[in-house]
Amino acid sequence: MKKEFTAAEHEEIFGQMGPMIDPSLTIEGVGDAVAGVPERKTMPYQWFLVLGVATMLLGFLGLSITALLIKGTGLWGLKIPVAWGFAIVNFVWWIGIGHAGTLISAILFLFKQDWRTSINRFAEAMTLFAVACAGMFPLLHLGRPWVFYWLFPYPNTMAVWPQFRSPLVWDVFAVSTYLTISLLFWFTGLIPDLATMRDRSKSRIGKVLYGIFALGWRGSARHWHRYEVAYLLLAGLSTPLVVSVHSVVSLDFAVSVLPGWHTTIFPPYFVAGAIYSGFAMVITLVIPVRHIFGLKGLITPRHLDNMAKIMLATGLMVFYGYLTEAFFAWYSGNPYEMFMMQNRMGGPYAFQYWMLILCNGLVPQLLWFKRVRRHVIVLFCICIVVNIGMWLERYIIVVTSLHRDFLPSSWDMYAGTRWDWMLYLGTFGFFFFALMLFIRWVPMLPIFEVREIVHAGHEEHED
Amino acid sequence: MSDTNENKLYGLVVEFGDSNALVKAAERVRDSGYTHTDAHAPFPVHGLTEALGIRRTILPWIVLGGGLTGCIGGFMLQYWVSVSAYPLNVGGRPLNSWPSFIPVAFECTILLAGLSAMIGMIALNGLPRPHHPVFNAPNFERASGNGFFLVVEADDPQFDLQSTRALLDDLGGAAVSEVYDD
Repeated sequence: MKKEFTAAEHEEIFGQMGPMIDPSLTIEGVGDAVAGVPERKTMPYQWFLVLGVATMLLGFLGLSITALLIKGTGLWGLKIPVAWGFAIVNFVWWIGIGHAGTLISAILFLFKQDWRTSINRFAEAMTLFAVACAGMFPLLHLGRPWVFYWLFPYPNTMAVWPQFRSPLVWDVFAVSTYLTISLLFWFTGLIPDLATMRDRSKSRIGKVLYGIFALGWRGSARHWHRYEVAYLLLAGLSTPLVVSVHSVVSLDFAVSVLPGWHTTIFPPYFVAGAIYSGFAMVITLVIPVRHIFGLKGLITPRHLDNMAKIMLATGLMVFYGYLTEAFFAWYSGNPYEMFMMQNRMGGPYAFQYWMLILCNGLVPQLLWFKRVRRHVIVLFCICIVVNIGMWLERYIIVVTSLHRDFLPSSWDMYAGTRWDWMLYLGTFGFFFFALMLFIRWVPMLPIFEVREIVHAGHEEHED
Repeated sequence: MSDTNENKLYGLVVEFGDSNALVKAAERVRDSGYTHTDAHAPFPVHGLTEALGIRRTILPWIVLGGGLTGCIGGFMLQYWVSVSAYPLNVGGRPLNSWPSFIPVAFECTILLAGLSAMIGMIALNGLPRPHHPVFNAPNFERASGNGFFLVVEADDPQFDLQSTRALLDDLGGAAVSEVYDD
């Protein structure tokens, strides 16, 4: 039975939550607020600070890749039995972060969640850069990254073809498709905004550069019609794609026969974890950005609140995944599975395991409280904790299953070397460097979509 | 620019202050029998497609075609590689182990469907096209800001400079302007 709310009840429920976007904004005001950021003469000092640190870390990236290419993957802490290590941990971590962007832009679009418009462009950019960071790890892990194209099926003089029964080949297709479609989706969303930037631009160079990328967009009704159809279809295509990508990543583990990896819970548990970490990253980035660039009218506490709720929901799913893993190990009756779980909880990596439970399972329970969700600093700290927790999760999954091989004579310990850490920090440099350039040159909120929302809001008031 | 002897007339353009006025005007122009019309707005305006009598785009069919091509092509590629070009016996499984081919076939489906959606939309829209006569309309930079423009093109069979102008004048927008090809 559907309950009808009276206007007063409606006001009581929604009024205290605050508006989704500042109701005083006009169609022009949206353009000024968003396009105003790339149009600034200079950027705030925080931008230069982040860019400076990111450039330094980018140097780390160059250095560690150069050293790796000269010396080989022996620089990393990899050895038998732990041959996956940081490369796979970081790959899964980064690609998981990307998933929130696609979720926001595609799935929330299909569910007509209008609040997504304030954050989708930024989150999509985050997706692109995160997937680019993720892609570096398996490529470098190849040892000879310059022959990466051997992964693709093409007629070659070696007369060899990929093994399509292997999840590692599925991964190549999943990740490259994901990167391509994310880029298309992001650029499609950008075209009308680039036209706005072109038309607002005072300088010749701005007009020409934005003009080239705007493809001559002129806001024709015929074009908008096809545009909306294309955008809806892309959203519909991205939705199963985002679910498939992390499922395929989890199959890299689950299709093997290693204790701790060979479980059916992996695909949904990985997808939930990806969205969880992705939202944590979006909130981590959005909180300072809305503060520094004066976008608090467009990215309101309502947005943070909604994102925190999604984090809480996906966090609970992930926690359920941890419980299922433990249950599965016990219920299987398999001595190797049971040993794996005992070793995880009480072995040499027990500290990391319990930290992971603390970071991902317990701390986020604070998000049940509205005051926590509305407290920007506390929320920011929780998101950092979740990001760390999600990294630990992948570390535990990769390392604990591998380091205790079936034969005790093969047992060994694993730790990342300074080169592992440097490469990981280096990808942060790439991520933030790209993000700063994006903020500098590209409107970071979808101007036309927010205008639509503002317009619809004004219509409602007039009625 | 206004040298009518050398320049071909593109059409008549009128600007409105808000989207509702544009939709109403578009309906009147459509009902007067004009077909070569267009409108320009900073965001997709609800009801404008119908008001201008724009037919539904064939884009979804193109995307379906792209998706099917990706699905069938992706599967056939794997089938051919695994059965004929490079048969490998992995644990005694059949060469055509089709369940393992689903993920790659799926990714190929999404990839080609997505590319068709994006490229199809751009191509059907006739973009990229940096030059268009409508950019010559006065204040047209507002079409990506807060301006709403209605265009009746000169190649419309009903187009007549005087009578069309009179119709547009009557719509309640800003001054009607003649826009030339260059």
